[in-house]
Amino acid sequence: MPREVVDIPCQVDYLSILDEDGQVIDADLEPDIPDGRLLQLHRTMLLARRFDERMLQLQRQGRIGTFAPVRGQEAAQLGIVAALRDSDWMVPSFREQAASLWRGQSLESFLLVYGGFYQGNELPGNELPEGTRNLPVAVPVGTQPLHAVGLSYAIKYRGQDDVVVTFFGDGATSEGDFHEAMNFAGVFQTPTIFVCQNNQWAISVPRSRQTNSETLAQKALAYGFPGRQVDGNDILAVYVAAEEAAERARSGDGPTMIECVTYRLSMHTTADDPSRYREEEEVEEWRRREPLPRFQAYLKQRDLLSDSDIEETEEEIQGEIQDAIDRAEERMEKLANEELSMFDHMYAEMPPYLREQRDELARELAGQEGNDA
Amino acid sequence: MREITYREALREALREEMERDETVFLMGEDIADPFGSAYKVTLGLSPQFGTERVRQTPISEQGFVGAGVGAAVTGMRPVVEIMYIDFATMAMDQIANQAAKLRYMSGGQAKVPLVIRTQGGPGRSSAAQHAQSLEAWFAHIPGLLVAMPSTPYDAKGLLKTAIRLDDPVVFIEQKLLYNTEGPVPEEEYTLPFGEADVKREGSDCTVVATSMTVLKALKAADILEREGISVEVVDPRTLFPLDIETITASVCKTSRVVVTHEAVERCGFGAEIVAQIAQTAFGYIDAPIQRVCAPSVPPPFAQHMEAFTMIDEHKIADRVRRLVTGEL
Ligand SMILES: Cc1ncc(C[n+]2csc(CCOP(=O)(O)OP(=O)(O)O)c2C)c(N)n1
Ligand SMILES: [Mg+2]
Repeated sequence: MPREVVDIPCQVDYLSILDEDGQVIDADLEPDIPDGRLLQLHRTMLLARRFDERMLQLQRQGRIGTFAPVRGQEAAQLGIVAALRDSDWMVPSFREQAASLWRGQSLESFLLVYGGFYQGNELPGNELPEGTRNLPVAVPVGTQPLHAVGLSYAIKYRGQDDVVVTFFGDGATSEGDFHEAMNFAGVFQTPTIFVCQNNQWAISVPRSRQTNSETLAQKALAYGFPGRQVDGNDILAVYVAAEEAAERARSGDGPTMIECVTYRLSMHTTADDPSRYREEEEVEEWRRREPLPRFQAYLKQRDLLSDSDIEETEEEIQGEIQDAIDRAEERMEKLANEELSMFDHMYAEMPPYLREQRDELARELAGQEGNDA
Repeated sequence: MREITYREALREALREEMERDETVFLMGEDIADPFGSAYKVTLGLSPQFGTERVRQTPISEQGFVGAGVGAAVTGMRPVVEIMYIDFATMAMDQIANQAAKLRYMSGGQAKVPLVIRTQGGPGRSSAAQHAQSLEAWFAHIPGLLVAMPSTPYDAKGLLKTAIRLDDPVVFIEQKLLYNTEGPVPEEEYTLPFGEADVKREGSDCTVVATSMTVLKALKAADILEREGISVEVVDPRTLFPLDIETITASVCKTSRVVVTHEAVERCGFGAEIVAQIAQTAFGYIDAPIQRVCAPSVPPPFAQHMEAFTMIDEHKIADRVRRLVTGEL
């Protein structure tokens, strides 16, 4: 036969468990998550939401710098990390506040980092590699999945059964680095979970202009491992997909890609105004599918949560956020007078050339103080 | 003469060249309307020329720079935009190994009339990966031309020339310059590469400045004038080719020189300027050559910390003052 069809595995499934009103569609698919853990997840989702809102206010008041709001993507992040163990690694892009909160990063740490002080990364909840095992944010788009592959290769080499999750956006799948990471993971069968947060937009460019593929998940098929789509606003579906992927990775069956179909309800970053390039109707439509009320409806239906519980949690959270802001602002005030810290953490040992530059700035600062006096 | 912004000057250059020559087209991320690019330089061009010629690409610097190289070889004149110079890293093979080498390696058969527009520099609290000044990387690579305009007039004239040149140009803008205004004639003009501009004449000290630091050097010259110190400000405008003659002529006249740029001092482009001055005008220099540049740290995120690493008129004035008074 001179011409025949090559039979390749070619299938992407789409998983959803909760409908738009938070009703379980198929009870067979409902994951068995302990009640306490479900409530913890709800609390973190609410915290991520309120903290996001508060950070936006702080940014508008000039109290912190630019950041990328997470609004709308909380389930797509929490469902993934909820399926991880503490010893697993997370390699984020720049929008994973919800996932990072779950994995132990403190509110204060976020505030310091987005206030412009990397000292925020020195706080408990950011220890590497002994502690929480979250890498810092990666701002150049699509550069971090390769790190996840390297981390997971090292884990495999050492014979450990930890897994590595990396988050990236729909836009990131257009970068070469992403494809190189996927290919490595396939070839070396690394315990990597590639999580695409398909939030439909990359700044002003819609998903349809990013790739002509019908799904992003199908990219994985070309690299020889499974790719699947989930309703990214359905925390249960995301959790199930992540648990299966983690199980595969731990048992040596290699990588998985999960495309969380979700939506960026807020601006790209605080420097952006999305109303310039997208229709309010589209946003409205996604608002109806947003993750928080769906998860709350599910929990209420299972009698795990009541309106008064929510109110109580809201109040607690507001207090927690305010405390963190107070602490962070106090710390920032101190850090603002530690200009020489910009020379910290450049090298294991400060080279003489850098020490000279630091001393020069120190003299300059001393001179200024002299002038002021 | 009418005054327009640096941003408008660049946009006019693009518009005029696209109207003049159908082979000119644009590629980059978020460059089409209504967004009109991160710093709004291309705003309004996609409605006029269509999205075939104002091509908004997937997020793929390597992709659109490489595709630009290919299109250029066929005789098109692509102008691609890398949103931040920091992300030129993603396309470095295409820039340094491909665009820069194709003419040479094809024995002169292939030419690459590609313009890579990008912007760098601190000043907006954009942090370690959005505010670097990386011009020296490109000036180091044989085969590339490098422009770094400081005024709307230079920006327009040099960009029009860049588009017409038959070699790849890295055209480096500065994020704080976009809103600055300056005189730009309505009539058509272009500016040659390799011609420095004496932005201000003076007799006591030469300040060689690029991009944003030209504005700071001019302010420093104002300050020092009140103290009786006369400063000459020279802007090379293009780093390659570099008009060293104009620079050394100025140094021979003033016998003192301060070189300033926003990039970190070590291995910055200033080192090249200083070396060439030392080689060609050594006998004329009366005081140690000075550099006023950023310390060797990434641009800090916190605004006031970033400010400490930036070059302002006081840093330049202070150094010139100490040089002229014999303190250094
Ligand atoms: C290499 C690189 N190119 C361009 C940018 C500018 N940029 C920042 S975020 C972004 C869009 C990213 O879209 P996506 O991957 O979908 O992630 P999302 O922002 O939607 O979370 C762009 C173009 C960048 N940070 N890095
Ligand atoms: Mg996106």
